[in-house]
Amino acid sequence: MLRRIAIATLLALSLPALAQAQSRTRLTVYTALENEQLGPLKALAEAAVPSIEIAWVRDSTGVITARLLAERANPRADVIWGVSVYSLLQMEGFDMLEPYTPPGASALRPNMRSDRSPMTWTGMDAFVSAICFNTVVAQQRNLPRPSTWADLLNPAYQGQIVMPNPASSGTGFLTIAGWMGGMGEAPAWDYMTRLHNNIQVYTHSGSAPCNNAARGEYGVGLSFDMRAVTLKNQGAPIEIIVPTDGVGYDLEATAIHHGTAHLDAAKALVNWAVSRPAMEAYGRWYALLALPGVTPVVQNYPSEFAERLVAADFRAVATQRDRILREWTSRFDGKSAPR
Amino acid sequence: MPAAARPVTRVRRRLSGDQIAMRWTLVLAGLALVVVLAAPMAMLLSRAFEDASGAWVGLANFATYATTPTLAASAWHSVWTAAVTAIVVVPLAFTFAYGLTRSRIPGRGLFRAVMMVPILAPSLLPALSLIMLFGNQGLLKSWLFGGSIYGPPGIIAAQIFACFPHATIILAVALTTADARLYEAADVLRAGRIRTFLTVTLPGAAYGLVSAGVVVFTLVVTDFGIPKVIGGSFNVLATDVYKQVVGQHNFNMGAVVGIVLLIPAVAGFWLERWARKRRAATISGRAVTYVPKPRLARDLPLLLFCTGIAAVLVGIVAIAFWSSLIRFWPWNLSLTWDNYEFGRFDTAGWGSVLTSLQMAAWAAALGTPVIFVTAWLVERTPAAGFLRGTVGFLATAPLAIPGLVLGLAYILFFNHPSNPLNLFYGGMAILALNSVVHFWTVGHLTATTALRQLDPEFEAASASLKVPVWSTFARVTVPICLPAGLEIAAYIFVNAMTTVSAVIFLYGADYKPAAVAAVQMEESGQTSAAAGMACVILAVALAVKTVQVVVSAILDRTTQAWRRR
Repeated sequence: MLRRIAIATLLALSLPALAQAQSRTRLTVYTALENEQLGPLKALAEAAVPSIEIAWVRDSTGVITARLLAERANPRADVIWGVSVYSLLQMEGFDMLEPYTPPGASALRPNMRSDRSPMTWTGMDAFVSAICFNTVVAQQRNLPRPSTWADLLNPAYQGQIVMPNPASSGTGFLTIAGWMGGMGEAPAWDYMTRLHNNIQVYTHSGSAPCNNAARGEYGVGLSFDMRAVTLKNQGAPIEIIVPTDGVGYDLEATAIHHGTAHLDAAKALVNWAVSRPAMEAYGRWYALLALPGVTPVVQNYPSEFAERLVAADFRAVATQRDRILREWTSRFDGKSAPR
Repeated sequence: MPAAARPVTRVRRRLSGDQIAMRWTLVLAGLALVVVLAAPMAMLLSRAFEDASGAWVGLANFATYATTPTLAASAWHSVWTAAVTAIVVVPLAFTFAYGLTRSRIPGRGLFRAVMMVPILAPSLLPALSLIMLFGNQGLLKSWLFGGSIYGPPGIIAAQIFACFPHATIILAVALTTADARLYEAADVLRAGRIRTFLTVTLPGAAYGLVSAGVVVFTLVVTDFGIPKVIGGSFNVLATDVYKQVVGQHNFNMGAVVGIVLLIPAVAGFWLERWARKRRAATISGRAVTYVPKPRLARDLPLLLFCTGIAAVLVGIVAIAFWSSLIRFWPWNLSLTWDNYEFGRFDTAGWGSVLTSLQMAAWAAALGTPVIFVTAWLVERTPAAGFLRGTVGFLATAPLAIPGLVLGLAYILFFNHPSNPLNLFYGGMAILALNSVVHFWTVGHLTATTALRQLDPEFEAASASLKVPVWSTFARVTVPICLPAGLEIAAYIFVNAMTTVSAVIFLYGADYKPAAVAAVQMEESGQTSAAAGMACVILAVALAVKTVQVVVSAILDRTTQAWRRR
């Protein structure tokens, strides 16, 4: 009896919610954002744009991009929200992005929005390559704290560094693209050749080096800042180092998938995604936001790193990618068995 | 004269009616395999001959690939790690299966369940355990004498763990049914135990041995999950596919490597055919099931061996379970249940477990009858050699297809705007279908091994008694093979629970499988939560497997009694 009442109450309570859900437009949103960010962002966006309901499909950048490209003939995503700008440029090349300039997008930093008119994508935030430095392991093995990329050439790090394989991971490519942007291509190759002696493993995943550094598997992991921040907030004994001699960066960006059946709803979401409240939400996790003047509140983040970003011409880098990876593979991947 | 001839013609006509029906059903099964396997694969593999914009470029991609500096190394790495794994696993699995089927050691049902543990758990689980044991902070790090688990040692160790049940299942089926008369004859002829083993047991299991070897070799060559997590930067062909598809979004080169990866499958298929030609049915209609008698000199070492293997398997799981309770490995080893609040790590929370359950149940319920009937048709349809060969090849092929490649092929085919089946895309049906196809081969081999041990004279006898072949199938073949059928159902179920590589491309917004959620947790550094999810998957799979073992035992007592005397 009690159970029946409970069920009836539940039904009565959920009916209005159901009715509301049915009147809302359900948007399939593909994303590579961290899992912990999805719930809060969904709640905020749905509160701000009551006419939509967000259904996430989330995976790592590599997998979600592969999926988007493979589904190209019959797209399933309405909106792409929180995927690397390199992926979006690749999609732009296949005319997969709906040209649309959300109101207010022109206020975004010029290097963090599409240069097309109308725009094909808008930036959310930047994330950079960073060094995850395990302080416990460093003490055990007498590793000095690096503060620049150049420091990593110190023979003390021999066999202590792990970085993502740029042929498998977008983060890995971001890292070497940053070196090339900062040092120039020829010195960057020279740098990587010398760094290779200190590398223990090139991993297939961009998160793995930092995860492994956090677990103390290695002393030094090259990864990206966001991963490091999350791990540090979980209690990992790592220091997040954004090297002072210039870091490559990548953007998380938003776009409407060309051919979506819910164009108006998609536009409404994208409009919100460039708004100040949205930027403030991104600022809970990311330290450099596309909208100037929004103060990030992210914990455990190294401050004043915006000036360390190397100039990046995303489109130029994207077109060089195949050549650079081929060169990288022939130099370092063939003999990359762990020592 | 005409009066005498009539019955003969009638018999022949009725037989050929059955023949025709079987042939058409086989055609139907073949067509189904074309739709769910060959067409998607052809669609993906045709990309190997195109550039990114879809223009035909002939063999240009192959030429580019052939000059890739790491190709030769990757191919060699794949071959030797697979060969070493097969060489280690097959004897271990044979001994274990021998203990299960040809001895009187106590707890055989328990050993049979424990043996399955590696396929009951997502491949993440052994990788995490191995890292906890032998990683740079590992508990048993000193056992490696300064070596590193990352690289070939880790790959081979994890693959041995992962492939052990696959080989054991095949070999246990091969060893289950033996004709006791052969052993009696050997006894009467005063053949020694070793001689009996070499001349009766081994030849009887030869086909199973070849199958197991081929299966293990192919599984290792095509798996990318283990090399990705524990392989360090040791390149193999499967990680080359991963690099092309996920790292560089180059489907064309991914398809090229996919084609290269099919070579072991084709080789395996021919090897299997060769093995088939060299053997005849081991159970004739007059066979008497061999029942081992207790013998301490045989049973004690086998018991010790099986206990040892079981201890290792359980130990690896125990380590993973322990790690799921740890707050933060290796810095804070205090225990907590918090990691099981999956909602904190993944939006789907515990819902993904339910999704996986549904997916696995559908896959097992639909896949088992289809796979078994197809295997039976391939084995028993008279003549129609080409058709049987083609369908048999299609059924053996999925094993050689990396999940990653199959997943992409499914997107391209089932999401195509002009494919009427595209309404299934993104839903439960496509996930279940993909799981059935992905794990078709071992089911097919299990069914085939069971069927080959049935003398076709059963059918011949039925036919001469004018019993329709369907009736024989339903009243003789299926009941005899029921244990094998249950084995197939459980196999599909547990694999669907644990698979990641293919479904990661296919799940829709509301259907994230638990194993995918576990991988994503691991990716974001939530190792303990990932281990927790892996343990939940294992628990569900173990429960299903236990039910199967119990039901099999009951069946064995009630329907397989004829095997004993």
